[in-house]
Amino acid sequence: MKTLFNVLAVLTLLLLGYAFCQAMFIAPTEATMGDVQRIFYYHLPSAWVAFLLFFVNFLASVCYLIRRNPGADALALASAEVGVSFCTIVLLTGPIWARPIWGIWWTWDARLTSTLVLWLIYVSYLVLRHYATGGQVPVLAAALGIFGFVDVPIVYMAIRWFRTQHPQPVIAGGQGSGLDPRMWIAVLWNLAAFAMLAFLFVWVRYRQALASRALEEAHAQASLDFETGSTP
Amino acid sequence: MTSAPSLWAITRRTLAKDLRLEWRSKDAINSMLFFALLVVVIFSFGFDPTAEESRKIAGGLLWVAILFATVVALNQTWTRELRNQVLDAYRLSPAPPQALFLAKTLGNFIFVAILEVLMVPLFVVFYNLRSVGPVWQLGVVALLATWALVVNGTFFAALSIRTRSREIMLPLILFPISIPALLAMVDATTSILTGDSSPIFWIRLLAVYDFVFTIVGLLLFEPVLNAE
Repeated sequence: MKTLFNVLAVLTLLLLGYAFCQAMFIAPTEATMGDVQRIFYYHLPSAWVAFLLFFVNFLASVCYLIRRNPGADALALASAEVGVSFCTIVLLTGPIWARPIWGIWWTWDARLTSTLVLWLIYVSYLVLRHYATGGQVPVLAAALGIFGFVDVPIVYMAIRWFRTQHPQPVIAGGQGSGLDPRMWIAVLWNLAAFAMLAFLFVWVRYRQALASRALEEAHAQASLDFETGSTP
Repeated sequence: MTSAPSLWAITRRTLAKDLRLEWRSKDAINSMLFFALLVVVIFSFGFDPTAEESRKIAGGLLWVAILFATVVALNQTWTRELRNQVLDAYRLSPAPPQALFLAKTLGNFIFVAILEVLMVPLFVVFYNLRSVGPVWQLGVVALLATWALVVNGTFFAALSIRTRSREIMLPLILFPISIPALLAMVDATTSILTGDSSPIFWIRLLAVYDFVFTIVGLLLFEPVLNAE
């Protein structure tokens, strides 16, 4: 297991390096935005990976409620944590790009707002996991994970309607219409690298969560043995 | 007793018990009302709107005030059952957990509805409100919006009594999930008050939200109640 992890870690590092070269040197400079546009190669893959991880969190939550297996709970925790981290990268790289291009850090545009709401939902999931105690945490967290995921399409619809009613002129000139093929290559390399990185993080956190659970159980068992051993 | 009482019968009994308790103690409704009144007064210090402006902001102010007041009431729904281990007794009883959830949600719905009936005239007076759009639509929005707040609120209150610092926990998990419902209720109310646009989309969205989360809440309440 450990060698496999190390091999994958080295591969991910190489991939990240290559994807970096693709994004910084090989992809052509965007005509109007210039080099600022290159942040897009980190922004978009992070977003996709974050959304994928939230979906994994939902599946793991459902699986936990049905089967009650600790593995599903550990996966739910790991995917939510890593998902929130990647979503944070999205919310940070967005404004860095927006400032020189739109002239403002933030706008209440549909996609920005729904990503922010998504982030808030999963942060609240982590807060719940942090504050809940004892063996009931996995069930409560799984319930909230399902609520959160079910909410996502409703959030999306609400905010899209909200923003189509009040259009924002600053959005004009955004990217998305017709990428240069070389830009696409850079996007895909970065996507692969970030997906690998996320996979590694989730894996580590998953093993860690399982290990800390096993440790807690061992402690409980040890104190139980001690109690029964000391009383005649 | 030949057959087990139906889900609805148990729901009604539990609801009747909650309403009687509330009628005698008036814990939830009093604290909720006074809290909402405070919020309205404090808001009015922050804004000094003309009649035209107040039409635009009243929807937001009203629903934020009601949301905060609802949280005050929701925090008390389940703590009441923790005294004397009532909740544990409920868990041991063969009564379906869905009945408990429905009864609590209906109870909170009634409390918040009473709050709204008392608060709305205050808003009209304090903010000099006159609706441009049809007023009956506001009634529809209020019914759907109140259900949206209490159905998730009751569920998350049950969830947060299992955590440390439960009073703080409830808004932290309730508000993010409720964002689309809040957006819908505020925008529906504003568009009716100003008469600028049709509130139909928002009313539909609230209905979908209510439907979806009532189902999800009923399905997931049993594991949450019995979580150990």
